[in-house]
Amino acid sequence: MILQGKTGNWEIICGLEIHCQIISKSKIFSSASTEFGVDANQNVSFVDAGMPGQLPVLNEECVRQAVKTGLGLRAEINKYSEFSRKNYFYADLPQGYQITQFVHPIVGEGVVTVDLDDGTTKDIRIERMHIEQDAGKSIHDMSPSKSFIDLNRAGVGLMEIVTKPDFSAPEEAGAFLKKLRSILRYLGTCDGNMNEGSMRCDVNVSVRPEGSHELRTRCEMKNVNSVKFVMQAIESEAKRHIEVYESGGTVEQETRQFDPVSGQTKVMRKKEFAHDYRYFPEPDLPPLVLNDEYIEKIRCDLPELPDAKKERFIKTMGLTKYDAAIICENREVAEFFEKAAAGHDGKKVANWLMGDFFAMLNRKNLSVENSPVSAENLGLLVELIESNVISGKVGKEVFEIMSETGENPQKIVEEKGLKQVSDLGAIEAIIDKVIAANPDNLNAYRNGKTALKGWFVGQVLKESRGKANPQLVNKILDEKLA
Amino acid sequence: MDITKLTLSETLQALKTKQFSAVELTSAYLQKMDDNRDLNAYVLETPETALAQAKQADIRYAQGTPRALEGIPLGIKDIFCTKGIRTTSCSKIISNFIPQYESTVTAKLFNDGAVCLGKLNMDEFAMGGSNETSFFGPVVNPWQKERRLVAGGSSGGSAAAVAANLCAAATGTDTGGSIRQPAAFCGITGIKPTYGRCSRYGIMAFASSLDQAGPIAKSVEDCAILLKSMSGYDDKDSTSVNKEVPDFRTSLGQSIKGLKVGIPQEYRPQGLNEEIAAQWDKGIEILRNAGAEIVNISLPHTKYALATYYIIAPAEASSNLARYDGLRYGIRVDGTHLDDMYINSRTEGFGREVKRRIMIGTYVLSAGYYDAYYRKAQKVRRLIRDDFIKAFEKCDVILTPTAPTPAFAIGDKEVLKNPINMWLNDVFTVSVNLAGLPAMSLPVGLSHDGLPLGLQLIAPAFDEQTIFKTAAVLEKEAKFERLK
Repeated sequence: MILQGKTGNWEIICGLEIHCQIISKSKIFSSASTEFGVDANQNVSFVDAGMPGQLPVLNEECVRQAVKTGLGLRAEINKYSEFSRKNYFYADLPQGYQITQFVHPIVGEGVVTVDLDDGTTKDIRIERMHIEQDAGKSIHDMSPSKSFIDLNRAGVGLMEIVTKPDFSAPEEAGAFLKKLRSILRYLGTCDGNMNEGSMRCDVNVSVRPEGSHELRTRCEMKNVNSVKFVMQAIESEAKRHIEVYESGGTVEQETRQFDPVSGQTKVMRKKEFAHDYRYFPEPDLPPLVLNDEYIEKIRCDLPELPDAKKERFIKTMGLTKYDAAIICENREVAEFFEKAAAGHDGKKVANWLMGDFFAMLNRKNLSVENSPVSAENLGLLVELIESNVISGKVGKEVFEIMSETGENPQKIVEEKGLKQVSDLGAIEAIIDKVIAANPDNLNAYRNGKTALKGWFVGQVLKESRGKANPQLVNKILDEKLA
Repeated sequence: MDITKLTLSETLQALKTKQFSAVELTSAYLQKMDDNRDLNAYVLETPETALAQAKQADIRYAQGTPRALEGIPLGIKDIFCTKGIRTTSCSKIISNFIPQYESTVTAKLFNDGAVCLGKLNMDEFAMGGSNETSFFGPVVNPWQKERRLVAGGSSGGSAAAVAANLCAAATGTDTGGSIRQPAAFCGITGIKPTYGRCSRYGIMAFASSLDQAGPIAKSVEDCAILLKSMSGYDDKDSTSVNKEVPDFRTSLGQSIKGLKVGIPQEYRPQGLNEEIAAQWDKGIEILRNAGAEIVNISLPHTKYALATYYIIAPAEASSNLARYDGLRYGIRVDGTHLDDMYINSRTEGFGREVKRRIMIGTYVLSAGYYDAYYRKAQKVRRLIRDDFIKAFEKCDVILTPTAPTPAFAIGDKEVLKNPINMWLNDVFTVSVNLAGLPAMSLPVGLSHDGLPLGLQLIAPAFDEQTIFKTAAVLEKEAKFERLK
């Protein structure tokens, strides 16, 4: 994206650092539970509280999740990695240091392909990913004079994913975050909920004159907590830089905060107040050494990821790129679709899924996992329509019943006698009856008011209670009216 | 008979043969503790706990189901967290701390039937070589009490209590010599095992990559019995090593014929205290006479060991002690802002030596200094370790003095003039911690004015047996007489 300034055109250079909470039963260095939503300070072990003499013990489940994520990012897995201490004092950091990885992260360079709105794709390079512990939470609004500390989150495992400065537009960052979230959810390594803080984003932005290759001072915005805000933050920060440069100033390296209300960024910490974290190797934990067998085992157990699934749906199930992208964004939806489409027309199932089915879920505020309509039944419904057992219109009625009762559509059609009538004799009889009852309209039609055909079709369908096959009705009516 | 004068192994024998009961034994020690408060060895006495444990021990003996240390009264260095019993590391900042968990080492000892007499004095957070940095004041060396000499440090309370028979044995920890030097000063025996032999879980951390627990006891055999009990892999300490723990006692009394004993030239600098040099020569003679082969070895990076140690240990300490911030436990001195509260609490709570080391450690890890200090120290540490690996190609065990001087006076102006003087006392002990090796100090003789002098035996990693084998010969032939 090129931004127009007063003095010329500018391009944006942006990189992201994303903290993703690891899905694991217990914390990364202690046996305390990671359960969300319990009372404050319920999930706190002696280790998490920084008690004297307590030692961290690495939770292997977090390592497995990190390796899985690394593979999902098509990244190099480092067989040797090390933990380090990042030292700083804060009330929600009981040990006085965060155990993280510094020089030797567990995951090296990788790549994520993002889908842009214009239908093109772009590869975003991953610089590294490391694992570390989260801090607790300081609560400042419960008392005018005191702060409260909740250590439930202290020690929960995090994966910090650092991208290369590959984003040149806010939309690319937005598309990346959506894609990353999708991958993490497919892998089951992070739930990706930015509003709950289980995925948090730091944004680094700088600008430069269009076509130049220089790298100018960047500013970091901490903890931007939605995709929309990330995009806004990039744009407003880039514009701020341009304004500074064009008015003859210099951008200072600093940490800033994005304010969603004003849509602007404001300074949080100047460079001279930057912490000196005094990183050094964590002496309580030996280096983490993985072997090929361990990594390959995880690779074999990887689920099919969104890109691969999308390709397959396009190739083998006749979906358009657009449908496939929507259906594959969420693993549960994709799996539901695949089950529903088994043995049926994939494109038609996709239409139903993205139409009435999603509308129903929205209306009922349900997710696909607890849909009253099962994947198998949705497939059957599409099949009933496709094989002309019921009309599309009756199909919608049947679907309404299915969304209330969860019943099998065949059973509903049988019990309610909704089967489409394709018996020529029966349809002829209804048509004769309708024509006989409306001699005036017949005359009008024959005198050139051919628009009345639609009225006749409607009457016949009504008489058949919607069950008459509309194609046959049209065909026979044409003969009888002539 | 004063039953507190018995060694641990003699005591076990006596308890088994019912010469006295565990309660009688514990009572005798409690009485001794009472009579020797002036030594300031204990910072907390736990007579009720001790007598209750002793009663249980007597039941076990009566039932014929005694465990390895059934009824043995121990003193516990105040750096080991003991569940429900105040543990302070002799620092004001956590002078009111009562842990809700038990260190693995003390848990093992108590599970083997040991009795807890109380918590022993030490240098604040184990930082010191004379026990003078303790918030509870210095320990008096029981040798020539009237001279008010230091007991050494940091496990000064442990060494004094064992020497004065205020416990059958004690636990210690050793980061740069904190078991061996006080053992030498007090004329008793102490071993720092290989790094990873004992779990560090529940031991208040000073320098995590150097800290090891070990026993301080009245004899080599007592150390063997205790170390067996204290050792072993612990899944709560990722640096503990999953290696079978041998019965160290089986090494005692074995022949050392043909054993190669290395004598490092670097440990005999110009101006080495003559009496200490003489004791070292005596030790060499004893081992030679017992059939050992004496070989000269070189540990060329020895001269950098102290500097290396005093970068790495403070660096780790500066981080390990960050948790003492006045927020969750320990003393708090309020301030207007969070940072003020930290500053006030830590200013009030830490002593001078601890502050000095936190500042050094913070400095050497700082941006712009890390490479020049911490990283370089890590490189030298590797060279020091390699020195030992090379040396052990030529010998099986190394013999050196433990400390460059005998015990000095509490408040000695010469020593206190410059903190470096105190650090120099660690010159023979710190290399072993940097290399992660096992080493023992045992008494071999007295100075001209009657103060104990110790020698140090160093072995390759996880070869404590060779130390025990050699130490048993030295102990037998040196005929050192413990304080009576």
